[in-house]
Amino acid sequence: MTTYIIRRLLLVPVLLFGVTLLIFGMLQFLSPVERTALYVRDFPKNDKAIEGLIKRYGFDQPVYVQYWTWLVGKVDKASGEREGGILFGNFGYSRSASQPVAELIARRFPNTLDLTIWTIAPMILIGIWMGVQAAVHHNGFIDQAARVFSIIGTSFPTFVFGLLMLLIFYANLQWFSPGRLSDAYTQVVDSSAFTHYTSLLTFDALLNGRFDIFLDALRHMFLPILTLSYISWATFLRVTRGSMLETLRMEYVTTARAMGLPERDVIFKHAQPNAMLPVLTLAGFSIVGLLGGVLITETVFNYPGIGSAAARAATSLDVVAMLGFALFNGLILIVSNLVVDVLYAFVDPRVRLS
Amino acid sequence: MTVTTPTGDNTLLGENVATRKIGRLERFFGPENYRILTGLLKTPASIAGFVLIGFFIFISLAAPLIIPPVTPNDPFKIPRDGFRSDPRPMGSEWTRNVPDVPFWYKAVTGKDEWVHLLGTAEGQYDIFYGIIWGTRTAFKTGLVVTIATFLIGIIYGSISAYYGGWVDNIMMRIVDILLVLPSILAVLILASVLTPKIGKSLIPAMVALIAFGWMGYSRIIRGDILSVKERDYVLAARVIGVKDSRILFRHILPNAIFPTLVLASLAIGDVVLSFAALSFLGIGTEVGYADWGQVLSFARNWITSLNTYWYIIVWPGLTLVLFVMGWNLVGDALRDVLDPRMRGKT
Repeated sequence: MTTYIIRRLLLVPVLLFGVTLLIFGMLQFLSPVERTALYVRDFPKNDKAIEGLIKRYGFDQPVYVQYWTWLVGKVDKASGEREGGILFGNFGYSRSASQPVAELIARRFPNTLDLTIWTIAPMILIGIWMGVQAAVHHNGFIDQAARVFSIIGTSFPTFVFGLLMLLIFYANLQWFSPGRLSDAYTQVVDSSAFTHYTSLLTFDALLNGRFDIFLDALRHMFLPILTLSYISWATFLRVTRGSMLETLRMEYVTTARAMGLPERDVIFKHAQPNAMLPVLTLAGFSIVGLLGGVLITETVFNYPGIGSAAARAATSLDVVAMLGFALFNGLILIVSNLVVDVLYAFVDPRVRLS
Repeated sequence: MTVTTPTGDNTLLGENVATRKIGRLERFFGPENYRILTGLLKTPASIAGFVLIGFFIFISLAAPLIIPPVTPNDPFKIPRDGFRSDPRPMGSEWTRNVPDVPFWYKAVTGKDEWVHLLGTAEGQYDIFYGIIWGTRTAFKTGLVVTIATFLIGIIYGSISAYYGGWVDNIMMRIVDILLVLPSILAVLILASVLTPKIGKSLIPAMVALIAFGWMGYSRIIRGDILSVKERDYVLAARVIGVKDSRILFRHILPNAIFPTLVLASLAIGDVVLSFAALSFLGIGTEVGYADWGQVLSFARNWITSLNTYWYIIVWPGLTLVLFVMGWNLVGDALRDVLDPRMRGKT
């Protein structure tokens, strides 16, 4: 167990180094002038200014020196202030959003986190429920229906499904609308009367005692939640079904049946807990994936999370901002994948003891 | 694991096995691969998948007959019927940039002149044209990206597996690093970095999809090679002094490659999907290029009036879903066939 965790921990610096190197490598596609967005707000106007900036931030230096400057930034000798340096959270300046990338992330990430939190339960629970039903009725009608559902689910591109949901529930029925909040509530939330305790909108609304805002926020999140869950259900269904079928064939299940336990208990008390191991990994990685900002879903529903910000940056070719997002994303993924792996080792004795 | 198929008398295994006939095809592919192939061709779902795929192949081949290009030099340019911004409904009149009337048109639609069969999208781009010629774009990108990622993955994975040790360790850590970022984000970044350099075309998105698409194959082939590597005939080859590269490419690879090959051929659906997602987000081809993601992206400004303009998402969306479903149906059957728990059952 300890060796497993240590080996897994040793991988972290390797991954971090690799990802920074990868992102730095992609940065090299940009001209030095474009790369000044890492440090200053405005494009340099004339040749002199450009030369000055290139000298100042060492774009004429060898690549490894540039990499180091990119990592730790540059301390101004006179004022002692640090400029740039991704390790210190200075991801550069987003020219498409006219604000520093770090600020943009700080403002957008809570929305993504909010969406993630509310997606977890429907995504995982319904997916598992369908998988268990399919496995219990192996080769029966429910199993076949689940199979059809999963084929359709995996074949629906996120954006097509999202647009279809908008067509049905927004354009036709007018039940749910895209965006984050209704205009009237946006003003309330922006006013000083509304305290931002957690910066997660739904929780803040509850803490402020504004149940109407909470409901409105949920109403706006309904379609993204549905879309994200729908595209994951097929995978959860498939993994749960496979694992459940395998477990139901095991001898201890036969023993339990032979002992005369009711089928309900056999399935839900004996088989299901053991069948959940692979599903647990899948759930971990799915949540981590959601945290990274779901680019397409957020874009389709015009939801102000980091995914839609990254997509916006991409279409306006704001590469410095995109690389900032990628870096942030990479950090989240590396850390949370580590957490998932270690948690898994705690849950699964086979990993723990080997 | 592998079904052995003795050809001579084999009293030990019983009459059944000894007398099983082995066809020419089975001998050519080997028993395990033959089982995979027949498994695919016997499942109803995968047959439906093959039919769908065949249908799209037909459309892409027959595109000039279905709707002749208006600008023969650049058939992928969707003809624009004027410049009005709001979409026009199905069956509306086609006045400018009208294609020639093909032989089937009158018989099927009963009209003498082209109308916008599936309506026009924002900017008067004909949706029907975009879908038909977009099929060619789909196969083009799908095939190129799949073949390139497959080759890179195979070469990388086999080198890593064959040499093992620290070479393997380093090469696989590089794969880990490339897999950290979510693929859509990585591809999006690389494509948007490359676009100003190469210009708006299929190439930046394709290069990006290739650059971040091969890692899966290299992992799979690595696993398969690691198991083949231990077999006696490899040892025999090594003992008589065959060169490393020859052992790898002539002895090991042909025996390990088949499952990866089948998987790769079914990945075309996924590639087309990613490509469509990219052009939906606005990365990739120039505006007006016949490509499904782009046709769908025309709908992005009309979300509030989708009620009236439903056809701008339903038809291209349906096309994309059917295309991907074709590959998924076959892929689903393949997963069953490749499932180790199913091995040995023919």
